[in-house]
Amino acid sequence: MLADTVIILVKILVILLGIALTAGALLTFVERKQSAWIQNRVGPNRANIFGHIRGDKFKDSIKLGGLLHLAADGLKMLLKEDIIPKGANRVLHTAAPAIVLFPVLVGFAIIPWADHWCAGGLTLLVNHRDVCLSESHNLFSIADLDVGFLFVFAIASLSVYGGAIAGWSSNNKFSFFGGLRASSQMVSYEVPMGLSVLGIVMIFGTLNLNEIVRAQGDLLFGVLPAWGIFVQPLGFIIFLTAMIAENKRAPFDCPEGESEIVSGYMTEYSGLKFGILQLSEFIAVIFIASIVSVLFLGGWQVPYLYGDGFHMPHSAFFPLFALLFFVVGGYLIAVGVRREQMLQKIAGGLLVVLGLVYAVMSTTQANGVQHLPYEGVVLLRLGTMFAKVIFMVWLQLMIRWTVPRFRYDQIMQLGWKIMLPAALVNLLITAIILIPLFS
Amino acid sequence: MAADVAGILEIDQDLHTEAMLLNMGPSHPATHGTVRFVLTLDGESILKCDTEIGYLHRGFEKMCESSTWTQVFPFTDRLNYVSPLINNFGYAMTVEKLLGLKVPIRTEYIRTILSEMSRMSDYLTCLAAGALELGGFTAFLYAVEGREFLWDLIEEVTGQRMMTNYGRIGGLKDDLTDGFAEKWKALAPHLRYLVDAVHKLLTRNRIFIDRMEGTGIISQAEAISYGFTGPCLRSTGVEYDVRKAFPYHAYDKVDFDLVVGSAGDNYDRYLVRMEEIIQSMRIIDQCLDQMEPGPINCDDPRVLLPPKSSVYNSIEGMINHFKLIFEGIQVPAGEVYGYVEGGNGELGYYIVSNGSGRPWKIKVRPPCFYLMGGMAKMVEGAMLADIIPTFDTINLIGGEIDR
Repeated sequence: MLADTVIILVKILVILLGIALTAGALLTFVERKQSAWIQNRVGPNRANIFGHIRGDKFKDSIKLGGLLHLAADGLKMLLKEDIIPKGANRVLHTAAPAIVLFPVLVGFAIIPWADHWCAGGLTLLVNHRDVCLSESHNLFSIADLDVGFLFVFAIASLSVYGGAIAGWSSNNKFSFFGGLRASSQMVSYEVPMGLSVLGIVMIFGTLNLNEIVRAQGDLLFGVLPAWGIFVQPLGFIIFLTAMIAENKRAPFDCPEGESEIVSGYMTEYSGLKFGILQLSEFIAVIFIASIVSVLFLGGWQVPYLYGDGFHMPHSAFFPLFALLFFVVGGYLIAVGVRREQMLQKIAGGLLVVLGLVYAVMSTTQANGVQHLPYEGVVLLRLGTMFAKVIFMVWLQLMIRWTVPRFRYDQIMQLGWKIMLPAALVNLLITAIILIPLFS
Repeated sequence: MAADVAGILEIDQDLHTEAMLLNMGPSHPATHGTVRFVLTLDGESILKCDTEIGYLHRGFEKMCESSTWTQVFPFTDRLNYVSPLINNFGYAMTVEKLLGLKVPIRTEYIRTILSEMSRMSDYLTCLAAGALELGGFTAFLYAVEGREFLWDLIEEVTGQRMMTNYGRIGGLKDDLTDGFAEKWKALAPHLRYLVDAVHKLLTRNRIFIDRMEGTGIISQAEAISYGFTGPCLRSTGVEYDVRKAFPYHAYDKVDFDLVVGSAGDNYDRYLVRMEEIIQSMRIIDQCLDQMEPGPINCDDPRVLLPPKSSVYNSIEGMINHFKLIFEGIQVPAGEVYGYVEGGNGELGYYIVSNGSGRPWKIKVRPPCFYLMGGMAKMVEGAMLADIIPTFDTINLIGGEIDR
């Protein structure tokens, strides 16, 4: 009992502090750097520590490639004066950032970062699903809720309050507009968001996120992994769009559209309160990336990797994968000509290494089967989940820095007139296809 | 039954709502150039838009009256500070008109080239700011990169990036630098690439089109009655460009297209500006091809400062220099209106001289003053967010409108 409590506490600490808050803070830096590269700039690279003057020249010793801006930003937020405007509701104005942050953090509770840890041996069923022979422990998510997905909705709905309260309590017309826009936008986009995911729920027959990921390991037509994006492509697009709209980032950043309504509901915030509002937005980016990965990109599933190793549909798949990784990795290295594209080169290099691994496996495999130790499988799955999350974060930042902002009424039109009918049609088609399968 | 009727009546009644007064500016992130909108809003719709200008008034016209004719040049830099060279040359041209001077042909070409470079930087700034305010930060930086290179070249010729002070009555401060043509030839493809990049990012972007198309519409008749000129007038389909209608500088010697729109909305204003950048590049190419070496100042001792050797070594030279510096160029009494195509439209100078070395009166016709007059007309009935693209494509420049 005590051990369970301790394990849960450790998981909360690791996932909240290790993933949510650290990565959220890191994302402030990543976003600035990535946007700089998109825009042909250098990006933050000035902040340094232990800088000193030698002779008549300023020498800066440690820069860490600009990573120290993170610390500088945090310090600035902490030390800045916290202003509560005259006539503002002090209690609500102070509480609002916390109300914004809370649901974003709580959402992480149900993300399965890898499959449950199986203490004993595994047996593989014919459909490749594994059955744990002894006790299995839920080690890689804080809560393994059977209502999993409904919990996401409940939490997402809660986050409406933060923006609305922040806007209302600031005693500023611009903030008020921001709050109004935020609440109406978030309420509107919850509808297509929910409907777009119902298709996934219908296909996999469960609300439990880990079960959904497990089901995505099945193969369609014996070849294609049954990832959400393959069985629900339209649902994926609608869900991703709705989630970005929920998070109020460009192109849906009307509530904080800095041109016409200054900064929307953030206008009257300063210091750490403003920092928290910003941070929760970045954490939400990661949350969106993880929930989209879990529902649509197979979560921790590596294609054809099961409890005891790889089971390829055909032995030619190993060299094929190796070739794919070589080509993509080589391309990334080849086009990354500038110094700023170092990260791209590193990613390309990793892909080439991965291709090498597959090439090695293609010589040691037997009939498309390559056994791996269980610990290795778990590590691979964790790594895959993180890679997918990083990819989705990258995609969101790409979208953020490429497109301009919608107008408020255009967002509403898109939500109610295009995405809602599209989600309903998607649901209908899914149901029509599923009926003969179940009856 | 009666209760039912009462219930229906109650439902039929609208909720009592009041219009909201929103004060935008003068220091609002969107109202760059310090202008103030007092908006009466019904929800997000604009019922009434009051525009207030005057927050950047510096007394330009009064300052000019206490300066010599030459000393006015730095003041003109600060009118439309994004394209100061056009202001310099416009003023110089107007005074020359009163003096009856004819400047050398090379000067005409140089003025044309630098005016077009200024125009491009003006348009790029306007488009970039517009993209930025609509959330397209990436397009902003690509466009501003183009302006940066243009200003580098302008700095090389004039010594300054913004406050150029390069025009002179009867000529120019200096000739073009050596290798200017080569540097332009190297810059032009890159500029073209940047314009194409902006095109790729914005022109066919659904969100951008939604924001721009059909917003801030003004009809041809209204635009004319408000006194619109420049890209904003051409976007409504009126073929009026001072460069074509009343050619000055070397504009009659080069071939370029008049760009006109049809709808008179923000999207057309954006497209007109994008295309005119390409036309400006054509003009510069042709000018550089046609230009020949020669003098840049008219050989008239009434306006031209004598060479330093004669100032230091001859009494006539010294007196000439002294008179020109202290009393100023003696412009004959009379009044004249000179006008050029500025970044935003027709930039006019109405000048009155009483025959002394100082202007009696200089009145500027800033193009965006008239555009600003039509602003309320363009946004009333629209959404709050429509102010942003409309205000951007109008391209208000505080220094010019308030003087």
